[in-house]
Amino acid sequence: MDATSLITSILFATIVAGTPLIITALGELVVERSGVLNLGAEGIMAVGAVAGFAAAHQSGSPWLGALAGMAAGAAMSLLFAVLVLTLTANQVASGLALSIFGVGLSAFVGKPYESVALPAVPVLRIPLLADIPLIGGPLFAQQALVYFSWFLFAAIAWFLYRSRAGLVTRAVGESPSSAHAVGYRVIRIRYAATVFGGAMAGIGGAFLSVFYTPLWVEGMVAGRGWIALALVVFATWRPLRVLIGAYLFGGVMIAQLFVQGSGLQIDVPAQFLSSLPYLATIIVLVAISRNPNKIRLNSPISLGQPYRPDA
Amino acid sequence: MLSFEARAEPSVRMRYLAPLLAVALTLLGGLVIFAALGKNPVEGFRVFFVSPLKDGYGVAELLLKATPLMLIAVGLAVGFRANVWNIGAEGQYIAGAIAASGVALHVDGASSYTLLPAMVVAGAVGGALWAAIVAVLKTHFNANEILVSLMLVYVAQLVVSWIVHGPWRDPEGFNFPQTKMFDEAAILPLLVAGTRLNAALVIAFAALVGGYLFLERSFAGFRMRVAGQAAAAARYAGFSSARTVWTGLLAGGALAGIAGMSEVAGPMGQLTDHVSNNYGFAAIIVAFVGRLNAIGILFASLLMALLYLGGEQAQQYLNLPSSISMVFQGMLLFFLLGADVFVYYRLRIGAGN
Repeated sequence: MDATSLITSILFATIVAGTPLIITALGELVVERSGVLNLGAEGIMAVGAVAGFAAAHQSGSPWLGALAGMAAGAAMSLLFAVLVLTLTANQVASGLALSIFGVGLSAFVGKPYESVALPAVPVLRIPLLADIPLIGGPLFAQQALVYFSWFLFAAIAWFLYRSRAGLVTRAVGESPSSAHAVGYRVIRIRYAATVFGGAMAGIGGAFLSVFYTPLWVEGMVAGRGWIALALVVFATWRPLRVLIGAYLFGGVMIAQLFVQGSGLQIDVPAQFLSSLPYLATIIVLVAISRNPNKIRLNSPISLGQPYRPDA
Repeated sequence: MLSFEARAEPSVRMRYLAPLLAVALTLLGGLVIFAALGKNPVEGFRVFFVSPLKDGYGVAELLLKATPLMLIAVGLAVGFRANVWNIGAEGQYIAGAIAASGVALHVDGASSYTLLPAMVVAGAVGGALWAAIVAVLKTHFNANEILVSLMLVYVAQLVVSWIVHGPWRDPEGFNFPQTKMFDEAAILPLLVAGTRLNAALVIAFAALVGGYLFLERSFAGFRMRVAGQAAAAARYAGFSSARTVWTGLLAGGALAGIAGMSEVAGPMGQLTDHVSNNYGFAAIIVAFVGRLNAIGILFASLLMALLYLGGEQAQQYLNLPSSISMVFQGMLLFFLLGADVFVYYRLRIGAGN
């Protein structure tokens, strides 16, 4: 493989690997901006992956698969929202419950699909742009959901910083009692944000099983939901940094494939290379959290706190 | 209309009734699930919840499965009381299993009187060291312990996979990813002949008693509780928050490590890459359902063990994947968290405006 095509294929794989992280983490970003901490991303992604796979397998349409993943993710997060918003349950415990339940449910539901494979979904070429040397392929001859992740990034950045609804969402996350006092329906806004975040994590999961691999294996989400949560902290709750961070992690995730495939004689166990994304997550968290003020100033103030309007 | 009204004081009665309500709802949910899967709900219920306990062997299996859950959950409760969210017990369990296996495989000719205690200590140290990584990063770098402890689960799984594929693989094991079987001296003695129930249960009971004394009767346990319920008050009283984090994580890590030891030196008799049976995550549910209380954890671990056995039975007799256990376990925690609303609120019917 010559240098140009190597760079092109590394770029391509990095972007694909980063995409489920972007979609999931941007969804979670909106949830957390509204003041809700949903630790269930891993479980939601798992259920989204299996629902997407089942729907794509039954219908033959990957798009119905993505929609099914989205619907399953929304349903899972609705369950979470009822617990923490209506019943004011502890958000940490409820999120963990959602993750444990989701991983178990996906393993249970997915059993019959373990031995089937879906046909690969062809990439969507954007004419002219896709012919740019080096970067044309990775950027403009991609899976449709890659373009969706960029659209999502632009939409969420606009929503949070340029729209009234986004301003209200952020206000609810900073001070729910003030938002309530000026007449906003805090619980309703948090419901909307939570279900939106779940729907995105569901698409992120479906991307893995329908577009990326494309097959269903128990445990295939492999911590990506948790990495997406870490990404939100790493990004100090800002969309652009989520995008950058997700591609950094995407690069770390595919590094092992290229090291193993490159024929380089490196005497490192495969398990060590596989552990790099998890170690990188820890290192990144340490680096970003070292300054407590940075986290305190950037995290939504009411994050994780239950809220119930008095009147 | 239905509405919730805040109670003046959290209801003590509901605190103890909520877990029972959650269990009842989980059983009910089981009937619904079996019906939805096209199985006879009564038959499904019988296979899942009753048949595992039909004889003495079944009861022994229940206690065997409950042993690691008790050990891990009581350790986690120490941290959870102080809002130290160690959710990586699964990784600490694996680290303990590796450390104990290291002793079993590399110490020759020792009698079980010295070897087994050494393995327990190794397991505890292994688990505690794995948790100490989380504690250092939390106390020195402010890194979120939930995410760090969880990431270390994946790392631990990869480490054990490397060990049993590489350096410690049984050369006569037909390339299976497992170590050789431990010597007789490295296997925990059975409590009841003809079953698999072993002496680790005694250690688990001791941990429960120790956990009870620490959590309810010691000043250090009181400090943990204050740190959890009123962080500002704990700071004002001069309780070190670093010490809280260390106590919570080391207790959880050491006990999870002992649980890992009890599995390799118990029913498995060797180290494999499937050493963990999700006990580390199930124990989180045990700790919550047991109300972070040693006595509650005893009952909750028996219940969760029953869900494990029920899953195995469902696989054998109902042709369902054994992962149905995890569905039930997650459901139980959901129902508990939901039922907890009644601790703080009462339900008003018709009083809403």
